[in-house]
Amino acid sequence: MASTETKATDSKAARADDLAGLEAGLDALDAVQSHRVPVRQVLVQKVLPPVVAVLLVLVVWQILIWAKVTDDYKLPSPGQVWDEVTNAWAQGTLLDYIWTSVSRGLLGFLLALVIGTPLGLLVARVKFIRAAIGPVLSGLQSLPSVAWVPPAVIWLGLNDSMMYAVILLGAVPSIANGLVSGIDQIPPLYLRAGRTLGATGARGAWHIVLPASLPGYLAGLKQGWAFSWRSLMAAEIIASSPDLGVGLGQLLEQGRETSSMSTVFLAIFLILIVGIAIDLLVFSPLERRVLRSRGLLVKS
Amino acid sequence: MATTLAKADDRTAVTHAARIEHVSKSFGGPAGPQLVLDDITLDVAPGEFVTLLGASGCGKSTLLNLVAGLDLPSSGSIETPGGRPALMFQEHALFPWLTAGKNIELALRLRGVPKDGRRAEAERLLSLVRLDGSYGKRVHELSGGMRQRVALARALAQDSQLLLMDEPFAALDAITRDVLHGELTRIWRETNVSVLFVTHNVREAVRLAERVVLLSSRPGRIAHEWTVDIPQPRRIEDSAVAELSVEITEQLRGEIRRHGQH
Repeated sequence: MASTETKATDSKAARADDLAGLEAGLDALDAVQSHRVPVRQVLVQKVLPPVVAVLLVLVVWQILIWAKVTDDYKLPSPGQVWDEVTNAWAQGTLLDYIWTSVSRGLLGFLLALVIGTPLGLLVARVKFIRAAIGPVLSGLQSLPSVAWVPPAVIWLGLNDSMMYAVILLGAVPSIANGLVSGIDQIPPLYLRAGRTLGATGARGAWHIVLPASLPGYLAGLKQGWAFSWRSLMAAEIIASSPDLGVGLGQLLEQGRETSSMSTVFLAIFLILIVGIAIDLLVFSPLERRVLRSRGLLVKS
Repeated sequence: MATTLAKADDRTAVTHAARIEHVSKSFGGPAGPQLVLDDITLDVAPGEFVTLLGASGCGKSTLLNLVAGLDLPSSGSIETPGGRPALMFQEHALFPWLTAGKNIELALRLRGVPKDGRRAEAERLLSLVRLDGSYGKRVHELSGGMRQRVALARALAQDSQLLLMDEPFAALDAITRDVLHGELTRIWRETNVSVLFVTHNVREAVRLAERVVLLSSRPGRIAHEWTVDIPQPRRIEDSAVAELSVEITEQLRGEIRRHGQH
């Protein structure tokens, strides 16, 4: 009697062990292996191609100069543009140009962030507000921000606040729209799961809605930065006044006025490089981090 | 001391984990209101494991949503004396911005567990579903079976007297599902939680439940009920499970056939 009982519990224990072992095996077989890509592979796959592309452009450019396809004043050589860079650097003005524009752009972007985020939340959550201004908000994105420069100059005059007004009108709709689409794209399942866990009202917004909408919001921020930068350049090119200092847009306009094509090229390159650099240094890493932690980054 | 006693008294006084009385539910459709559930009356006893079985269109998920409080019945009443029931879905519904452990901690936090106790409790629950060491894992790093186990741990973290499960294993492969049946049975017996489990899989229903309730379709009505007294732990291949499954399947097919006749 006693022995059969022990035997029964033994076999039961064995069965439980069996289940645990089976489970461990299944977990090991099924679990997704995530590993870091080695540095050398990153260099070859991600860094090398753009470097090659840039070098190729430079080579073609130099060949065009050698072939004398057009006049000197229309197309400066890479060397002339490089001289322009070293001159501006030697005079100490290069960083001034960049900083004037970048500080304006970033401050304008932060303002746009502070205004666009609550606006996006309101549009996403309040039906009446969405019906009232939702379409206008997305329509505004297709309006070139340069269109805002003339009215801004008339309303605010030739000063910094006019620049910020143009940036805001360009960037706020992008940021707000990004948040709206981020919230719209939250899988309903998360909201239901949140509700069964007791996350309703403000707790639901904080624990579920905001984190769930983060990828869309970040995409909106990224686009908002691009719009900020573009709007600012439009404003700087059109509106120049001694009070405004010399940013990259004004540098470009100066180059046109003095018919110095190498200055124009320098300004265009700097505008491009700054725009790309901010995106690469700030927004892309942030976005990649968020997407990777959620397993949303497709491995190539 | 007095409060604990009173609480213990409350629990002994409660004779059901869920009481569903004359519940009907209709949804507005293009052709007028559509009756989905018709006069459902069902009790789940404390610690009982009940499966709701039915073909598609029987409103079993609707019923579960009503019990979970995610929707309101058109008529009738639902009582869940043990507080808000925990709910597990077919999809794991884990939040991808949190780790496995933090998903469980969020449930604890929303339940009001103080901060310094959460980590240890989350680890304990993970160990209960045999996922020790997975605290810091991201959701996408887990397999389907592991995700459902974390989801089960998160549901248990709500410390509810009633666990609702909406076809939680339907999307898993057969081997994993079989293992999770064993785990669910073990955890149910260890925690003494009441379970209301929805499925369209007859063998799964018989394998797990103490009582199988068959719903007819369109509208959902309780068509039949079986008490399963096959001793646990059962296996899905057991001949007793198979025999009862055959009987229930016959009845289920009869219910489905009725819809083809008119």
